[in-house]
Amino acid sequence: MPKPIEIRTSPHLKRAISVDRIMRNVVFALLPICAFAVFQFGLSALLLILTTTGAAIATEWFFARASGQGNTVSDWSVVITGILLALTLPPGFPLWMAAVAAFVGVALGKALFGGLGYNVMNPALVGRAFVQAAFPVAITTWTPAFAPGRFTEVIPSTFTLPFMQPTPVKDWIMGLQLDAWTGATPLALQKFQQIEPPVTEVFTGMIAGSAGETSALLILICGLWLAFKRMLDWRIPVAVMAGAALTALPFWLMDSSVYPSPWFVLFSGGLMLGAWFMASDMVASPVTTSGVILYGLFIGIVTVVIRLFGGLVEGVMYAILLANAAGPLISSWTQPRVYGAIKKTREVE
Amino acid sequence: MGLFSLFQRHRTFDHGIYPVEHKELTADKPIRRLPFAPELVIPLAQHKGAPAVPLVKVGQEVVRGEPIARAEGFVSVPMHAPATGVIRAIALTPTADGPKTQAIFLKVYEAASQEVLYDLERDLDTMTSEEIVAAVQDAGLVGLGGAAFPSHVKLKPPAGKVIETVVVNGCECEPYLTCDHRIMLEQSDALIRGIKLALKATGAKRAIIGVEDNKLDAVAHLRAVLPKDLPITAEAVETKYPQGAEKMLIKSLLRKEVPVGGLPADIGVAVYNVGTLAQMGDLLPRGRGLIERVVTVSGPAVANPGNFMVPIGTPLRFLLEQVGLAADRVGEVILGGPMMGMAVASLDVPVTKAVSGVVALEREDPDLDRRKVYPCIKCAECLKACPVSLNPSMLGELALARQYERMAEEFNLNQCFECGCCAYVCPSNIPLTQYFRIAKSINRDRNA
Repeated sequence: MPKPIEIRTSPHLKRAISVDRIMRNVVFALLPICAFAVFQFGLSALLLILTTTGAAIATEWFFARASGQGNTVSDWSVVITGILLALTLPPGFPLWMAAVAAFVGVALGKALFGGLGYNVMNPALVGRAFVQAAFPVAITTWTPAFAPGRFTEVIPSTFTLPFMQPTPVKDWIMGLQLDAWTGATPLALQKFQQIEPPVTEVFTGMIAGSAGETSALLILICGLWLAFKRMLDWRIPVAVMAGAALTALPFWLMDSSVYPSPWFVLFSGGLMLGAWFMASDMVASPVTTSGVILYGLFIGIVTVVIRLFGGLVEGVMYAILLANAAGPLISSWTQPRVYGAIKKTREVE
Repeated sequence: MGLFSLFQRHRTFDHGIYPVEHKELTADKPIRRLPFAPELVIPLAQHKGAPAVPLVKVGQEVVRGEPIARAEGFVSVPMHAPATGVIRAIALTPTADGPKTQAIFLKVYEAASQEVLYDLERDLDTMTSEEIVAAVQDAGLVGLGGAAFPSHVKLKPPAGKVIETVVVNGCECEPYLTCDHRIMLEQSDALIRGIKLALKATGAKRAIIGVEDNKLDAVAHLRAVLPKDLPITAEAVETKYPQGAEKMLIKSLLRKEVPVGGLPADIGVAVYNVGTLAQMGDLLPRGRGLIERVVTVSGPAVANPGNFMVPIGTPLRFLLEQVGLAADRVGEVILGGPMMGMAVASLDVPVTKAVSGVVALEREDPDLDRRKVYPCIKCAECLKACPVSLNPSMLGELALARQYERMAEEFNLNQCFECGCCAYVCPSNIPLTQYFRIAKSINRDRNA
């Protein structure tokens, strides 16, 4: 009888789940949303997703190699960053700008902090925040959904050369002879013209908007699937939605001709994608159970405050980035009460 | 687990995990005896506390049941000869704990009658609690659940403490192990005698047997045989790891928590494993010493798993030969269960009083790469698993930063009892339990 081969320390059993499997599942959950984006906006959306994902992977590969971490692309986390970033951008967003966003997101939002697990904020949102500041016109130029010919030609702004002005999409849209095109997303319509599109359209996503944010329904289904597989903490999206709806409710009750209904707040813009796939980013959210609820409520409240009173039509991105920054503090405020302790033994530093 | 279990919830503690149980391999295997190994190795330090002191010389003949080492002080127990034979040597032997320890090597006489001839009939009803405590120590009894803490010490409440409740631990929450399950089914008379002794010695008013609900047959059996005139009840608790940790079981059964830094006695509780009390009930009336124990031998690398009455000192090699070890497949041999047990480096290691199971796990698929360690992704699974509500994610980071004192002072490191839940669930495969073990030992050395 040979000697036992292995000597390890307890526990000698492990749950058969690993980081790469969790990340892969998040990617799977995002694929239907990608498919809908391509269905809705055509080739441009496909190219956008491929560009941000490719650029994010290349950036990760370069920095991991440069810092001697080896191949970290295989943990799939950077693929999520690339896809999520694309989903938050307008469908005709110039590809070179999208690549810059992906580079900045991964380099400044992740690699700078030491890679997976060490970033403070969601890298996709860091990238988007950068291009929001750098290219304010391009990132607020929206194209209509379900344009005819979307699978045979790209939106002209897609192939804008670096540091050139994007081709105005207006002429292109006129060329398509679209009557109903207003050039605005539901959020902008509501905010600046007090026209609230039907909630059903907003909910199902039959409207203009960022590439992957339009269908609240689809995002909800994909998010619920991940939550069911326990690869997403359901408390976060639920708290975000509760925070947003409860903040919007009193204003709407006061004056429904100016303020949007809670339903509209929930299903328009990036709130759904933000709640289910951005705020729930494990790395950048607090670890304690009561902490994630505070964190989610904070995101929901700040989003609605920015939407109702800020100069922007959208607030989810900044709300999540702010909450990410507050994450470690929220965690340390909400340390669990240890078994057998009379009261909380941990004080805030 | 059927749909019905959704509606029928048994009492439990917060958090914890649900590893695959693997109990079906041995749960219905009655306790059997195996032949004696040609040589038994009896370490002198088989319990917490001071090692025993040998009473025998090399070449001396001993009879099964005869004392061969005496207790060294109050927190120590004597050893008895597990077989009739001759002392071959008193020398060092490898144990699961690593460094070699002093042991008595007993060559077993093949032809000799292995009947125990050391009897000292006692009348349990007339024994005072002091006499019971002394008799339990004389029997060499330690906690047979794996802790191996001298049993008589727990029977004597610390000065000023009153024991209200004796909790009898029949949870057996480690995967693979079924020896306690079999003991509850097969040795219930001895168990009840043991519980009565514990009640009398501690002065407790009642006893509760806590059994995980994957052993409802044991609960039903105990309820049928428990004397109606005694304050002893059997309760089912949820099947969840680590339900058998005494702090967890106390929480499940009594909704009370042992204070930080305290003992169960501080809240009027004393906890004993069912195996310990069954041995107490068996040995004390006859004045015998502990010379054998029930061991589950199981695991995927074992051909004929089962529950066996194994003489103390039986080398693992001999034990595993009896059950058919698939030598080409074996990866790890673990003493105890796979969650908290220790892997052995050598099969010359003997079964001691603390060994409740011998689990042979298979070699892992080298392509699986399941053990690649990723950075912590703050998924919070460890926080949701930790039964004492620590923050293992934070503790792990502090361990990497070597801030061991901060771990203890700010994040309750010393409350960790190394159950392994955090490392079990960690998708990054971070060896959290090992980090905490090291941090605690560094802190101990620093404070010593």
